[in-house]
Order: sequence, then C-alpha cells, then structure tokens
Amino acid sequence: MTRYLLLKHYRGAPQAINDVPMDRWTPAEIEDHLQYMADFAARLQGTGEYVDGQALSPEGTFVRYDGEGRPPVTDGPFAETKDLIAGWMVIDVDSYERALALAGELSAAPGAGGRPIHEWLEVRPFLSAPPTVTE
Amino acid sequence: MDELLLRELTPAVTGVLTRRGVDFATAEDAVQEALLQAALTWPDPRPADPLGWLVTVAWRKFLDARRSEVSRRDREQRVEAEPPPGPTATADDTLQLFFLCAHPSLTPASAVALTLRAAGGLTTRQIAQAYLVPEATMAQRISRAKRTVRDVRFSEPGDLATVLRVLYLVFNEGYTGDVDLAAEAIRLTRQLASITDDEETAGLLALMLLHHARRPARTRRDGSLVPLAEQDRSRWDTSLVAEGVAILQTALGRDRLGEFQAQAAIAALHADAPRAEETDWVQIVGWYDDLLRLTGSPVVALNRAVAIGEADGAEAGLAALATVDPDLPRHAAASAYLHEKAGDLPTAARLYAEAARSAANLAERHHLARQAARIGQALHR
Repeated sequence: MTRYLLLKHYRGAPQAINDVPMDRWTPAEIEDHLQYMADFAARLQGTGEYVDGQALSPEGTFVRYDGEGRPPVTDGPFAETKDLIAGWMVIDVDSYERALALAGELSAAPGAGGRPIHEWLEVRPFLSAPPTVTE
Repeated sequence: MDELLLRELTPAVTGVLTRRGVDFATAEDAVQEALLQAALTWPDPRPADPLGWLVTVAWRKFLDARRSEVSRRDREQRVEAEPPPGPTATADDTLQLFFLCAHPSLTPASAVALTLRAAGGLTTRQIAQAYLVPEATMAQRISRAKRTVRDVRFSEPGDLATVLRVLYLVFNEGYTGDVDLAAEAIRLTRQLASITDDEETAGLLALMLLHHARRPARTRRDGSLVPLAEQDRSRWDTSLVAEGVAILQTALGRDRLGEFQAQAAIAALHADAPRAEETDWVQIVGWYDDLLRLTGSPVVALNRAVAIGEADGAEAGLAALATVDPDLPRHAAASAYLHEKAGDLPTAARLYAEAARSAANLAERHHLARQAARIGQALHR
C-alpha cells in the first residue's frame, strides 16, 4: 500500500505524441476526453485506489519572505518557467507496477481526432511513515 | 474498555452468523450495526452476557435487512423471526474469520482493510483515517474484498501464515491517525495466539511486543527517529519485554523455528543488552543466518551484513555487504554506516547523502541527512 502522485504538466514534460492543444479540439473531442477522465476516476474509486484528484490554474505567483515586519515579496507569473504543473491524481495501490499501469491508462485519454494523447505523466511515490521493524 | 470488549467479540459474532448460513458480507454489515447499537446503549446497563447480546442484536439486524429486501421483492413472503437453533460462538468461528479476512485471493491492502473491520471491529472511517485515504475509497476497498471472498466456504481450511503476514503488515505500518495500528495488531495477534497452538503466531506476538516496548524511546518529541544504538534504554517498557521474551522462549522450546521466531530472537537479544555496547552481536549474526536460510530474503542479507560488521568488524561487514544487491532500499545507508566504522569518512559522507535522497520515508531521510552533515562537518573542520 503505497500512495503515488500522477503528475500532469502544462510544461516541462517531454512532448506528447498527439500533442494538439485542447483549444483546437472539436467540442465532441473535449467531451470524450472529460468523460474518459471522469470514468477513470470513478473506476479507481470503485477499486478502492482513489485518494484525490485536482487541477491547477496555469497562472501562479511566486512569493518569498522579505524580512521582519515587511510584507512578502511577490513576482511572476513567469512565462519562461520550465516546469508548470497542471494537476494531479493521488492513488493508493499495492505495487509500483500497478501505479505504472494506471498512469499508462490515464495517459491514453483521447485528444485530437479521438486518438490517445500519449501524454507523459510523472509518477512519484509519497514518502511513507517509517516502518516499526527495521533490524 | 467496552469498546475493546466489543471489538474483541466482533469476529466471534460474525462467525456465528456466518455459520448459521448468513453470507459473510451481510453478516459483517449486521455485526457492524450491532456494534454501533452496543456503543450507543452500553454500559447502561451493560448486558450480563455481552456475546449473547451481540449475537441476538446482530441477528435481528440481519433479519431487518433481509425483511426489507424481501418486502421489496415479494411482500407476501414471510420471514422467520427467531434464529434457527445453531451453534454458539466457538474459537473456531473466530479463527475461520481470520482466515477469510486474509484469504489468498485478496491483495495485501484488501486483506488488511477487511481484517481490521471484520476481525478488529474498527469502522470504515477509522480504517480510512489510519491509512490516509478517503472514507469512500476505503468503503469500496472493503466491499470489493467482501465480494472477492463471497464464494469461499466459511469452514474452508485456512492458512495461518497468510493471517500472520497481514497482522505483521498492520503492525509494521505504525500509526498515523487516531487509530493506534500497532496496538491493534498486537491485540489481534494476542487473540489469534489464544485460540491457536502455533509457534509462529507466538513468535509474531513476541516480535511485536519486543518492538512495541521500544516505542517510547524510538522517536523524539519532534517526531525524528532515534536509532536503536542511541535509544534511552531506561525508557523501554520492561513488562512488554518480559512478556515478549517469555512467549518467545516457550515457542522456541518446541523446536519448530520460523521467521517470526527468529526475528523475535534478534529483538530479544537487543532487549537483553543494558547498553548498546553490550549487545551480543555474535548470537545475533547466528539468528540472521537462520533467518536467511528460512526466507532467502535480500533484506535479511543486508541486515545480516550490518550485524557482521558489529560482530567481526567493519571490513567483514563490508565483505558480506558486497554479496548483497546494491539496488536494495537501505543498501547505501548500510554501506555508509560500515564505511564510517571502517574509518573511510569521505565515502561514508557521500553514501549517507545518497541514502538520504533515496529514503522511503521522511523520518529516515532526515536522519540520514543529519549523518551526512555530521561527517561533512568533521571532514571540513
């Protein structure tokens, strides 16, 4: 039982095979894509493997501490930021292989022409609680 | 107190209903409802015969559920209101329930969830909180697990080893939420040990007690890990140690060694040492030899190499480590430790840093990063 993050990037991942931006799909293609994603999440809920799924706005702000008594400094968004997270799904599965298989299915979501996007998803294990028995 | 008693009785009640012919999933739901009612109405007054009370109420819950289902299907059909004369609760029912919850057709995660609910009497919400998943997800995992074992005959002979593996998983995950999973694993293993006559069940219980005894010394207030060698041994729970050692000695005396007994023997030798420097590493290596023979596990081989490093010196430990797959988790950490012991500080610092990057949990990563920093500071002074 390990939790994994399936991470989807706006930018920063290698280029998808069917790399046509969503604003150039037909309305029906968008519907099909959304339905696929909803079905996928529902199926994972049914198998007891779903933990969370969220999407992020592409527009973000960078913030940092600027010293005692001063308001934090903000900057950005930066058009040149290389890595831009689009959203994620968190799953709780029995094995790494299962996490890879599910990420593969998620990456098969249909895009332009109804064909799979083949989008690159990043699979990251969560750091877990330490085990009790170590020797 | 009552909550523990209720949970103690859970598998027996489910067992009685199942033996009376109620299918497992339905019986389990009825028992959860009976537990809820007991929690609401006990202890005012607590019934004289709690088990009998639970069986009666669970049976009624089952009849209610069936009646409403039947009335949906066929309003004419009548349902018997009295339970058929059937067997009362026996230790066998409880044991069969453990077998069912750890059935080999279940994935480890499903077996763990089902065991905690049907044998442990925990609610789905509690189990979900303990494993940090949404309650809906845990509910699905449990109902799927129930479907998976739907066609298993309740009296089918089971395998104790699979039950022990599930309980070990529950124990070793530690606890994260309101539910103390380690304590729950001990409670269930104790219950299992009381109804079986099996050395490995005793061995697992001893192993859990001996590790649980160290819990007060294992973490600092901030949650960081204290390695075994640095633990304040005066904070170990001596009554748990004594109980664990006694249980282990009885099991070992029957001369049917298994992996849990061997692991418990190693924990007992650590418990035996008043100070870390007085640890009997030669004997510990001997137990690791047995453990390696029993399991063939590369993780055991890794831990054995560290023990050899303590018993015969760092060079011997590194030689043993050289035969272990370097891709194993904790290989870099073990190698770092042995290199430091051998006096090769630059290599140790590099390996500690590498080990920190690949650690599977945060407490371990922080510990390893501190080791790397400590040696780095000594090197650059």
